[in-house]
Amino acid sequence: MPVERELEDVRRSLRGLDSSLLRELDRRAEAAREKKAAYSLDIDLRAFHEGEAVARTDSLEALPDEVKAVMLASGVDPSESGRAGSYVQVGKNVIYERVNQIYSGKLEIMDVGDALEKYPDVRDLWWTVVAPDQDKYTAFSQLHDVHGYFVRVFEGQEVELPVQSCLLLHENAEVQNVHNIVILEKGSSAHLISGCTTSPRVKTGLHIGISEFFVRPGAKLTFTMVHNWGPEFHVRPRSGALVEEGGTFISNYVLLKPVKSLQTYPVAYLRGRGSRAVFNTLIYGLENSHIDAGSKIVLEGEDSSGEAVSRAIAQDKSVVYARGTLLARQNRSRAHLDCRGIVFGDEAQMFAIPELESEGAPQSLLSHEAAIGPISEEEVEYLMARGIPRDEAVSLITRGFLDVRIMGLPQALESAIRKMVEITQRESM
Amino acid sequence: MLVVEGLQVEVGGKLILKGVDLEVGTGETHVLLGPNGGGKTTLLMAVMGMPRYRVIKGAVYFKGKDITALTPDARARLGIGMMFQKPPAVRGVKLREIAQTVASVREAAHPPAPSLEGIAERLNLSEHLDRELNYGFSGGELKRSEMFQLLCQAPELVLLDEPESGVDLDNVALIGEAINDLLGKRGKIKERKASGLIVTHTGHILRYVNADRGHILIDGKIACHGNPRDLFEEVQKHGYGRCESCR
Ligand SMILES: Nc1ncnc2c1ncn2[C@@H]1O[C@H](COP(=O)(O)OP(=O)(O)OP(=O)(O)O)[C@@H](O)[C@H]1O
Ligand SMILES: [Mg+2]
Repeated sequence: MPVERELEDVRRSLRGLDSSLLRELDRRAEAAREKKAAYSLDIDLRAFHEGEAVARTDSLEALPDEVKAVMLASGVDPSESGRAGSYVQVGKNVIYERVNQIYSGKLEIMDVGDALEKYPDVRDLWWTVVAPDQDKYTAFSQLHDVHGYFVRVFEGQEVELPVQSCLLLHENAEVQNVHNIVILEKGSSAHLISGCTTSPRVKTGLHIGISEFFVRPGAKLTFTMVHNWGPEFHVRPRSGALVEEGGTFISNYVLLKPVKSLQTYPVAYLRGRGSRAVFNTLIYGLENSHIDAGSKIVLEGEDSSGEAVSRAIAQDKSVVYARGTLLARQNRSRAHLDCRGIVFGDEAQMFAIPELESEGAPQSLLSHEAAIGPISEEEVEYLMARGIPRDEAVSLITRGFLDVRIMGLPQALESAIRKMVEITQRESM
Repeated sequence: MLVVEGLQVEVGGKLILKGVDLEVGTGETHVLLGPNGGGKTTLLMAVMGMPRYRVIKGAVYFKGKDITALTPDARARLGIGMMFQKPPAVRGVKLREIAQTVASVREAAHPPAPSLEGIAERLNLSEHLDRELNYGFSGGELKRSEMFQLLCQAPELVLLDEPESGVDLDNVALIGEAINDLLGKRGKIKERKASGLIVTHTGHILRYVNADRGHILIDGKIACHGNPRDLFEEVQKHGYGRCESCR
């Protein structure tokens, strides 16, 4: 069939997949081509086009200064100092992958298309924790040329320095289609930071990012996603994690800049005994941002446990939905959801929607606390009595509210993100 | 140092202070006694300028200047500091951050403070420096946290709202010494600069701090003045009943 032929030509990245699997995935995706997402604004995908080719680079330092600056502002260090490895994708172009020499043999980083071709086990994982027919965005991703990072940390390896990836949009009205696979083999551990941002002159665009995480027995992954878009960007990440026995998945999400619309609802499946997931979300809704961010923990393993912490601010004319779902399918499991919000001004809106579900797990313990409220006037006045002017007192308390420490990051990352909070905060007051 | 003149203060729409006159001279320390709900905290809060304590009538002067319209931060920068009876916890803000800020406010006007760590150690708060401000602090730790912040600030007028309540004996001694430091009571009388206004129910603090004068506040009015020890003895024996009659 000509349509299929054509697809196979453009999707060279999927040539590693077995043709019957590919056909099945395409069939599911086709069926969901027009399927609206469960949440947030619907986007007309025809308004966006694939970007142009961009050449590879031998060094991140060689990138234009303005690009390096936006990378830094998303937690990605172009000097690569203190990083175990880097991956950079501009639009659809993978322009850089590198493992720091001292970590060679401990982890690998490559374009996911290459990994699909090279490794049968990666082919078996493709679209297994996110469904290609979830909605029109996942469908789009499957049906178009796709790239993304493949990161594997080898068995027993502890990678202390963070691995960084940068996904950059560089053309107006471009759609960036990314599909990432991350595997933490048995007993390994790593920090992965994913900074998503745009070239400074680009004003509009759409980012679709599929991420599938596999945390093998006893492994630990701390994944930190920093989003740094602009007021005319739509963003639709679709993430899923599978956590095996004794594994830990920590997912941090930071959005401190305006965005047109963002909708994300990552899911962690705690399949193994004693597995654990933690979601930390820091959101600062500014200008006209429409933000819908949740996290979901599915407790399937005995003694599995989870925690979802969300701190959100809605300011200006922004609308912020903070969602969270804890779903217990196993008796011996427990999880807690903690969702707090502040609304500044009378034009902003916030919705906190925690959900607890138990499916035949009468002994599981699920709890939540959710609160939306102003900054405590008593606290502001208390700090004022220490000689701190009102504005500064409000800043201090707000910054404290968006507490980066909850994320358990390595020092350098933590202070980088704390600095971002401070900058956003200063600019928005 | 501090002059309170015909002060009427409203809290939550209710008149609490019904005309209070009070004068604390430079280098003097006064104690404020009175039954629960009499308005002691209200008076201190109003002197500090806390917005929810609305001055309806009267005025507050500090070093000869009318400060009635000033915000608390402005008053703190002028040299007024307060230990709160019930300080709130501030999540996500470290005790250390506040101490640093407070110390920098002070340094504009005063010689540099001794090291933060040193002061914290004296008050057994070294491990609290990197904890969230007052969050999960025990009753005694709260008092020491307040004392610590004041020592960093080194105000010229010190307002202390029940510094010793809920504090064990060893720690009362610790706080007593810290108060003496704040008030500069260790130095020669001539060098005494700081003034104090201390609310106390137990009077324990009088064993450590040499107070010059006492006032009894009942139902929003000063019922009587006198030597602090005499007043306290009187109250210990007869309660506040007699004070009401001598008003
Ligand atoms: N927000 C408020 N609304 C109404 N009444 C208030 C409010 N705050 C304080 N009050 C009242 O003002 C009165 C004086 O309170 P204040 O705290 O000044 O007393 P106090 O002398 O410090 O008492 P204590 O010895 O118990 O600390 C009390 O009756 C109290 O209930
Ligand atoms: Mg009181």
